[in-house]
Amino acid sequence: MSQLSVSDLWKGYAGTEVLQGVELEVRAGSLTAVLGLSGGGKTTLLRVIAGFARAERGSVSLAERTLDDGRTFVAPEKRGVGYVPQEGALFPHLSVSDNVGFGLSRRERGGEAVAELLEMVGILPLARRLPHELSGGEQQRVALARALARHPQALLLDEPFSSLDASLRDRVREEVHGLLREQGVTTILVTHDQEEALSLADVVAVLRDGSIVQQGTPAELYERPIDQRLARFLGAVNVVDAQFKDGAARTTLGSLALRDAPASAHAGAGVVMVRPEQLDVRLLEEGSDSRGTTPALAGRVERCRYYGHDALLHIRPEEQASGEILLARVRGEQALPAGTRVTVAARGPVSSLE
Amino acid sequence: MLNARAFAEPIASRWTQTWSGRRRWPLVSIAGAAIAGALVLLPLAFLVIQAQESGWAEVQRLLLRHSVAVLLWNTLRLTLACTVLCAWVGVGAAWCVERTNLPARRLWAVVLVLPLGVPDFVVGFGWVSIDPALHGYLAAVMIMTLSLYPLVYLPVASALANLDAGLEEAARSLGLGPWQTFRRVTLRQIWPAVLGGCLLVTLALLAEYGVFEIVQYRTFTVEIFTEFKLGFDTAAACLLSLVLVVLSIAALGGELALGGRGRSWRTGPGAGRIAPRVALGRLSAPVLTGLSALSGLALGAPLGALVYWMLRGSSTTLPSGSILAAVGHTAFYSAAAAALATALAVPVTALAIRHRNRVTLLIERLAYLPMALPGLVIALGLVAFSVHHAFALYQSALELIVAYAILFLPLAVVGVRSAMGQVPPRLEEVARSLGCRPASVWRRVTLPLIAPGLGAAFALVFISAATELTATLLLRPTGVNTLATQFWAYTSELSYGAAAPYAGLMVAISAIPAYLLSRRMTTLARSERTR
Repeated sequence: MSQLSVSDLWKGYAGTEVLQGVELEVRAGSLTAVLGLSGGGKTTLLRVIAGFARAERGSVSLAERTLDDGRTFVAPEKRGVGYVPQEGALFPHLSVSDNVGFGLSRRERGGEAVAELLEMVGILPLARRLPHELSGGEQQRVALARALARHPQALLLDEPFSSLDASLRDRVREEVHGLLREQGVTTILVTHDQEEALSLADVVAVLRDGSIVQQGTPAELYERPIDQRLARFLGAVNVVDAQFKDGAARTTLGSLALRDAPASAHAGAGVVMVRPEQLDVRLLEEGSDSRGTTPALAGRVERCRYYGHDALLHIRPEEQASGEILLARVRGEQALPAGTRVTVAARGPVSSLE
Repeated sequence: MLNARAFAEPIASRWTQTWSGRRRWPLVSIAGAAIAGALVLLPLAFLVIQAQESGWAEVQRLLLRHSVAVLLWNTLRLTLACTVLCAWVGVGAAWCVERTNLPARRLWAVVLVLPLGVPDFVVGFGWVSIDPALHGYLAAVMIMTLSLYPLVYLPVASALANLDAGLEEAARSLGLGPWQTFRRVTLRQIWPAVLGGCLLVTLALLAEYGVFEIVQYRTFTVEIFTEFKLGFDTAAACLLSLVLVVLSIAALGGELALGGRGRSWRTGPGAGRIAPRVALGRLSAPVLTGLSALSGLALGAPLGALVYWMLRGSSTTLPSGSILAAVGHTAFYSAAAAALATALAVPVTALAIRHRNRVTLLIERLAYLPMALPGLVIALGLVAFSVHHAFALYQSALELIVAYAILFLPLAVVGVRSAMGQVPPRLEEVARSLGCRPASVWRRVTLPLIAPGLGAAFALVFISAATELTATLLLRPTGVNTLATQFWAYTSELSYGAAAPYAGLMVAISAIPAYLLSRRMTTLARSERTR
């Protein structure tokens, strides 16, 4: 059942329409990531859901209750929507425990609730500190505990990890993810970081040019993006010419199985998307001939981007007709120096692209 | 029809957008801001009404009878000379302190601002009590320059401190000498600050009464005061006041025309570097002598005279019991005015910052208007209003308090605005999402965060009201004396010894906050630089 639902939402500022008919369904208890470029309207979407801005057209509803549809407008304090802004926005004049207890009634604040929340996010020893005495990660945890204190029906996270150092980010991300799972709270996470969206979310919705262009599980999006632009946004990609026949794609990299049946839909010529990790790279002795072996392409490593855990090879095919530079991901210890002669073969299945 | 619709729709949508997210308009804020706007306009409106009642023939007769040309000449030559002198002294001193390796710079930065803490008429009193023969044009120019140059010094020093060294270095590398660099690059950058300071000097000169009365120099303000207080001629006083308003507006226009609203841009990215200081070398001694002479004349002489008369006064006359009463009245009126002005400044700024639109911006501009109106003009406008429409208010404590609040509303707005501008709207939004209604967000989040700013606004208005003379003389309840009016009464009788303790108290009240203010300005400049 859908907990939060946004339909045909329009919102603009000073003449430019930031949101142009956004459709979004969020399942109860799930973590949905809204992925988009900076300045693409992600924050605006959250602000409308939270009630800080009014929708121009369309509607927002939470657990069957209409929050905003042009006629009704529920004030932010009556929505039961928790909000964790980018920089945390802790009240600078209040201690950690007063921040966490801010939304609770006087009686609740007196009890054990605040201590339990602090314990839950692991910052109980910091209860008496003031916000400016905390590190970035600690501030984020306080902001999260503060939003969870009122048991919101939905929680909105606005790029919550982007202000953290790379080393800290992964850890805080893991902790927050575990906590949200444990609490089972319906969450929308807004981010411009595709790795973050793919690794954390149950469902990813891509916001582009003011509307949601695709919504699905991380694997669905990564494997079957609706177009080349989205395919590239989600990660490095090789776009390869193909002839479709009998549910397979014949390419210079071999005959590859197609993910999306029915095969009849793919007759004739087109392109398929091959991710770099789908390419097998083998050394080829100087002077030997690649033909006659497996259906593979001979080429030369032009550049090697070494990341430690893995490496990305830029391989130029020997025959010009075979197309552009191919990107292949190999394990770190298999990194090859530029100039090495190799053969490249692909492993299916692949998806065709528009 | 279509055109009208196209015109009306954006306005309507802007209006709803402005108030979106709130079900009820912030009615309290709107009411408060409306009252503030109305109060500012009230004295001006009644000045015009009163002057109109005279009739055209009367207007001509009055303007001729008063030999307005002489007053105009007196006012203009004084204003021009003082403003130019203040500009030279202020810029010169600021450059020496901020851009050279002057010994004891930090100390000079404070000492040079301190004259701002001594009321002008106390400086006048100090000089005349040293040399009773001091009077006329030159005396007025000297005393006013010594009292007002910090108004140029402060903004220019802050502009110089924030100047990017890269520009000057680029100019030098392009073949300009040090003097040419100063004239063509540095001066261009600090020009808005210089003009802004000069505008404040001009407005203060147009409003001054006490000093000119002491040195017997007749300007418009002196003439208006005499006309009203001795001649009981309200119509004539109001008419001449309008001439004064026109002069103030001309000063504002002059500043605009000379490029006072221009801005100094920094095109490069990142924080600018601090410019290296000029080594004074053999010039150290002359510069130190000059600054010492300036401080000696502006601060040492009047304060020395004050101390001298206080010591002598206490040996000859018994400490007057009325001084306690005067302190009590001053404190009460000033505190009430400070509270009122701060309370009015809050809704004005809150609307201008959080609900920015044409109406709220207009009200904010209105709140700055009294800065250009001499206290005498506001007082006369209120007199004209109360005499004809609310006689119960005439010379009541309430009228005096309201006059102070209008007069110093700009100071309160400045204080509140800087604090409220620093509260991120996001904090208020988060509080809403945590279940707080707008009123409770205000109480639990906004108010605690702007409290220091409210304190600063209150203090600024309090000091200014406690040392105000002109409007107080006109509006004080009969038989009630404040520190300023009692001081004035004794000075007029030439009882310098009796007057001195009152002046001493006023200096004490205003010197400490002036010192704190100058320190805050310098730390502000420094923090902006490091950012």
